[in-house]
Amino acid sequence: MQIPRSTIAVTFAFLVLFCTQAVAQEKSIVVASTTSTQDSGLFKHILPRFEAKTGIKVRVIAQGTGQALDTGRRGDADVVFVHAKPQEQKFVADGFGVRRFDVMYNDFVLIGPKSDPAGIAGTKDIAAALAAIKAKQAPFVSRGDRSGTHQAELALWKAAGIDIAADKGPWYREIGQGMGAALNTASAMNAYVLADRGTFISFKNRGELAVAVAGDRRLFNQYGIILVSPEKFSHVRKDQGQAFIDWITSAEGQSAIGEYRIGGQQLFFPNAAQRP
Amino acid sequence: MRAPGSELPILFEGVSVEANTVRILSDVSLALAAGMPTVLIGPNGSGKTTLLRLAMGLLAPSAGRVTWGGRDRTDGRRLAMVSQRPVMLRRSTFANVTYALGAAGAAWRGRGTRARGLLAQAGLLTQSDRSARRLSGGEQQRLALARALARDPEVLCLDEPTASLDPANTRAVEEIVTTIAASGVKVVMATHDLGQARRLAGEVVLLVGGLVCERSPASQFFSDPATSEAAAFLRGDLVI
Amino acid sequence: MVEETSALGLVLGGDPALYEIVRLSLAVSLSATALAALVALPLGAYLALVDFPGRPFVIVVLNAFMGLPPVVVGLAAFLLLSRSGPLGFLGILFTPRAMVFAQALLVIPIIAALTRQTIEDLWTEYRDELTAMRVAPMPRVATLIWDARFSLVTVLLAGFGRAAAEVGTVMIVGGNIDGFTRTMTTAIALETSKGDLALAMGLGIVLITLIVLVNAAAWSIRRIGEIHAG
Repeated sequence: MQIPRSTIAVTFAFLVLFCTQAVAQEKSIVVASTTSTQDSGLFKHILPRFEAKTGIKVRVIAQGTGQALDTGRRGDADVVFVHAKPQEQKFVADGFGVRRFDVMYNDFVLIGPKSDPAGIAGTKDIAAALAAIKAKQAPFVSRGDRSGTHQAELALWKAAGIDIAADKGPWYREIGQGMGAALNTASAMNAYVLADRGTFISFKNRGELAVAVAGDRRLFNQYGIILVSPEKFSHVRKDQGQAFIDWITSAEGQSAIGEYRIGGQQLFFPNAAQRP
Repeated sequence: MRAPGSELPILFEGVSVEANTVRILSDVSLALAAGMPTVLIGPNGSGKTTLLRLAMGLLAPSAGRVTWGGRDRTDGRRLAMVSQRPVMLRRSTFANVTYALGAAGAAWRGRGTRARGLLAQAGLLTQSDRSARRLSGGEQQRLALARALARDPEVLCLDEPTASLDPANTRAVEEIVTTIAASGVKVVMATHDLGQARRLAGEVVLLVGGLVCERSPASQFFSDPATSEAAAFLRGDLVI
Repeated sequence: MVEETSALGLVLGGDPALYEIVRLSLAVSLSATALAALVALPLGAYLALVDFPGRPFVIVVLNAFMGLPPVVVGLAAFLLLSRSGPLGFLGILFTPRAMVFAQALLVIPIIAALTRQTIEDLWTEYRDELTAMRVAPMPRVATLIWDARFSLVTVLLAGFGRAAAEVGTVMIVGGNIDGFTRTMTTAIALETSKGDLALAMGLGIVLITLIVLVNAAAWSIRRIGEIHAG
């Protein structure tokens, strides 16, 4: 009771700062990645193997692809691991990244309510399906957050011959949030939504939602990994970051990705050997 | 025997105090010298509290000047005051006294012993560990006296110290004041209780409307007042 | 994996990952409150006791900042701490330290504004007494802070509650990294986005329980203190 509170406060503050200091000293890298890889549980499956082998702790920040690339551009991550190839190539060309490697792919699926107001369930042609949604003004939820999935969605509207920026109506809802939030919204509204298969398989609050369209070649979703340029940012942990890239594109890392399954379904298909 | 740094006499020379264009004291000239207690009497609003605050050096006059032992300023080290409703620090009775000792610059080492002595004098030794704010009104007034004495004052100003107390507590406070005065501390006390003035005063200063009406030795004041206001005040008539 | 664990079991079963999240949440928010108090208590006391030109303006701004949006504070802290920002050399973005820093920024106006009010009220009460005792300015501040300590505990609790409950700043500057910067609130946000609403709600109940417990502890301390010194 007689010890001044300020003394306690100072002591406590320093204590915590020291603890976190100690943690920050161990070997670690920051990987800016996407919500799809994080929320699907892939990292929980593969990272312990890498950490056990190398002793390098991987800290994953799950963002949209656009935001993850921005994080790399500001020098706040050592490695970016995302899925929007044109943007990734620009990132490297602008000098923010060293080199881009293919890692794996999964596919996007068009999710919709079981009532299927656009009448597209079970079809294969994604462009035709989107055209039908627009024609019927069926509710559609868009990520609207510059993420890889959002970019893919915009490219698909274009492929369907629709200028969505000009043609969108009240049926088209841009929520500006992550994959999970988009699925929650679609579930609540019984709307269509484009999602990566992994996130949807592991998503729990499905309600009436099910896969409506899948299997179109245009729904192919390639993931790439890039080391942030150590020339641009001297603090980038180049060796540890490169070690992670080398591992995830190695036979061992690739098979770890291939083994990951939820309910018997494979979520990601390693393809690092196939160079772009 | 007075040290060179003595605060006495406290001299008021042509002192006026105005606040927001209201004149509270007008051209007061007065000497507070060592010796018997000086009692300020007068109706409410006559300027008694203001006069005490001037004597404490807590207030600067609008006109005229106040000097302490011939000096223009005081560090207040040996001046102490008990206000009409003293504020108790949110601490124990004991800690209220040790705090006052600390503020007066007493050495840390001897504070406990001195505090117990002061509390004994105020009759509060058994209340040492209680929260000061939970003491009764009379006890709080006595604790305020103990705090004032912790300054080892040369001059002690008391502003209506018994105004809100019952007769028993009033007597207890008066007894302490008498003891203090007898020990050589100059007591300056404001009151509107004539009986109290009679019991304690060495000299009486009557203030009416911010003016010093009469100043005389207590015996003379009560037996043979020089002014009509004093006579009226003693009769119990309203004096405004 | 995740789907094998029942939400209720995870919340009640003392899962080590959950324990770590709870520990981090408490450590970050308590440190942030302590850090904020170091700045805000003297600042509040200064504003209560010292008059200077523009003081009313500062007080109005401070009171308004009690309602700072966490996302904006998070963004400001992010821009400061980013490698490309002025404090980037510290290299603490996406670490618990960044979260402490950002939450402290969020909480400083709350503690400072409430401290100013508390100290100013007490000063009104103590002014004559302390002036008559000729207490010097610095000891005066110490006296007021000490004598207002029980009220100030409540002030600190208000700051802590705000820090522990917010998600905007820690999400942005912490990055919600599993096992490193994941707190109760970011975990709740994550589980909600994964559609596991039951687990999210379970975590929410744990968080509310913790805040109630911290408040109960502080209330008891205050009660005991008041009996002896109030």
